Amino acid sequence: MTTERATTARRGRTGEWLVTLLAVVGALLVGAVLIAIGDERTRTAAGYFFSYPLDTFTEAGWAVVEAYTALFHGAVFNPAQTGSVWAALRPLSETLVNATPLVLAGLSVALAFRTGLFNIGAQGQIILGAICAAWIGFALDLPVGLHLLLALVGGILGGALWGGLVGWLKARTGAHEVITTIMLNYIALNLLGFLLGVPGFQRPPYGQAISETVDPTARLPLLLGGGLRLHLGLLLAALAAAGAWWLLTRSTPGFRLRAVGANPDAARTAGINVGRTQVLAMALAGGLAGLAGSTQVLGVTGSVTGSVAGTIGFDAITVALLGRNSPAGVVGAALLFGGLRAGAVQMQSVSGVPVDLVGVLQALIVLFIAAPALVRTVFRVRTGAGAGSQLALGGAR
Amino acid sequence: MTKTFARAAAVGAAALLLASCGERPDEGAGATPGATGGAAEEKFSACMVLDVGGVDDRSFNQSSWAGLQAAQKANPDIEISHVPSTDDAAYVPNLQAQVSKGCNTVIAVGGLMTDAVEEVATANPDQQFAQIDAAPAADNVYGMQFNTAEGGFLAGYLSAGMTKTGKVGTWGGLNIPPVTAYMDGFWEGVQHHNKEKGTDVQVLGWDETTQQGSFSEDFLDQAKGRSITETLISQGADIVLPVAGQSGLGAGAAAEAAKAEGKDVKLIWVDTDGCESAAQYCPFFLTSVTKNLSGAVEEYTTAAAGGEFPEGQYLGTLENEGTGIAPFHEFDSQVPAELKADLDKVKAGIIDGSITITSQSQPKE
Repeated sequence: MTTERATTARRGRTGEWLVTLLAVVGALLVGAVLIAIGDERTRTAAGYFFSYPLDTFTEAGWAVVEAYTALFHGAVFNPAQTGSVWAALRPLSETLVNATPLVLAGLSVALAFRTGLFNIGAQGQIILGAICAAWIGFALDLPVGLHLLLALVGGILGGALWGGLVGWLKARTGAHEVITTIMLNYIALNLLGFLLGVPGFQRPPYGQAISETVDPTARLPLLLGGGLRLHLGLLLAALAAAGAWWLLTRSTPGFRLRAVGANPDAARTAGINVGRTQVLAMALAGGLAGLAGSTQVLGVTGSVTGSVAGTIGFDAITVALLGRNSPAGVVGAALLFGGLRAGAVQMQSVSGVPVDLVGVLQALIVLFIAAPALVRTVFRVRTGAGAGSQLALGGAR
Repeated sequence: MTKTFARAAAVGAAALLLASCGERPDEGAGATPGATGGAAEEKFSACMVLDVGGVDDRSFNQSSWAGLQAAQKANPDIEISHVPSTDDAAYVPNLQAQVSKGCNTVIAVGGLMTDAVEEVATANPDQQFAQIDAAPAADNVYGMQFNTAEGGFLAGYLSAGMTKTGKVGTWGGLNIPPVTAYMDGFWEGVQHHNKEKGTDVQVLGWDETTQQGSFSEDFLDQAKGRSITETLISQGADIVLPVAGQSGLGAGAAAEAAKAEGKDVKLIWVDTDGCESAAQYCPFFLTSVTKNLSGAVEEYTTAAAGGEFPEGQYLGTLENEGTGIAPFHEFDSQVPAELKADLDKVKAGIIDGSITITSQSQPKE
């Protein structure tokens, strides 16, 4: 009986991995079709398909190979750039730099998911974190070490406040977190827009909507040097992932989070304070997203503009979905998406395939995972059921 | 249902068949892109790094890219490419990618990229760069700026000559020099008309002496643009100059609403000719204050491809047509010939220095 259940569980897990792998393959295949359609030479060749059918396929094949090779060169390793160790490491460094905020924001969404809350507000929490970290970074004058620490703590608190507010509204008034987080995203974005026009936050001579520059004492140290952007934020993200794993699987508050996520009514009956747990979950989620914003400002850009958060807060939702809301999964998904983002630049620059293709790939991967039946039909494999329904439940509860 | 689908599919397949029966062009159709792209040819590659918003933003990304396209059209030996930025953190890797790709010049679009341009340009001293809307950030960067106060001055003078209520208005997206340069110029143009012609036209929404005025704090939100414009109209302004990108489109809606109430309100668009970029409101556009991004980019690229990298910086003025006012389009018959002649004189006066513009927001030479 016990062994049987263990086998089923194991089969379910391998099934999940298989679905993920096939989802990536499927997305790349659909992406290849899009590249071929978008390629001018392929379209020209298709114009005389019936006189030389092979041309169409050759051209399409070349276009796809060229684009995906460039993607790989930008994300992992570029054989043309081996002049120095640093040049060879640059693609990997870029992948990790892109993955860092995605890990943190992805954990934010995943943690809320596990508590049954759908955190659409990572974007706003990132912005708040970035604002607070940047302000502490340029307005205060503190010694090395302390300054950075304070800026990070400030960024985390800023995000935690923005997220905690959502939890509090949910616990006290029952306001749905999807609505409140989306609204708070707007408020955060416009608050940032306002601050970027305020002397004291805006950089003199007030020519551009950009903040003052963060002092060197508050910058996250670079890990490799040699012009590579890899910074200490990566280790913070790794620590956060380990911390989230410990919290969810090994600690009492984490158990409460999962209990509330599994069934709030049962949790309440069992004596868990559901409201307080929701506030805690959202504050933790907000803190993680705030840290993501802080690492962007203190590690990468050194200043804030209106687009400091980019689309990280929304990509984080797909990262959490792909990572199946587990810390390890989030790290893996963030590395994959970070690599895609890093490679996208190279892809557009070299082969002319727009970076937007990467957004389509990300969406397709998640689409395939959310609908495992689709993967089963397309690839004619048997996989453990439930991956998709789990995701659906994560959102619904 | 199935039949309909089958029929549709058959028609589609037939169309595809027809489309696929073309002739194979003779020259080099079988060649692979890998073969042509790999060989280093005698081509000049100009690469662009765009700011957020994409290449089709109907604003400065699009205008700048149009400049590169025009340069390529005139000289097919120029290869062009672009990378859009998704967020602040993308500026450096985007510039870096264009550098390592082996571009002959890298053009950065937008003043927000200045830090990134400085960083990458300093690290690659042999690479030529250009940046739009910023002074040169390093020795190997060519800056391109536009003194739109001069174009604004002409628009202000024109408005003062055209107003029937004796009040004209302007408002901006943010209180920053690239925006207030237009508004300062507009304000000074009105004052100049008052002095020369003895009129007493008031400017609502901006005062150069105090540097205070109306701002939407936004470059996208049209609702805010509409409400600010409606306020100015209700205070009596009959010509309004919004300097706020997409947010300025709200002024068009406000002018339409005013027309329904029987008020005659005219607008002045900025950056591009409004009758081309926002054609739906063309009946309201008296003129536009232009900022010739495409022209500047085209000129730079053509010169660079010819082997001469321009040095220092470009400053768009009335003289080199980097700024100015667009045609009057539907209002052409309504602008008195005398006013048109006066505008030419004012323009000549600004160019020869007999009229000086005092705005603090003008880019420095």
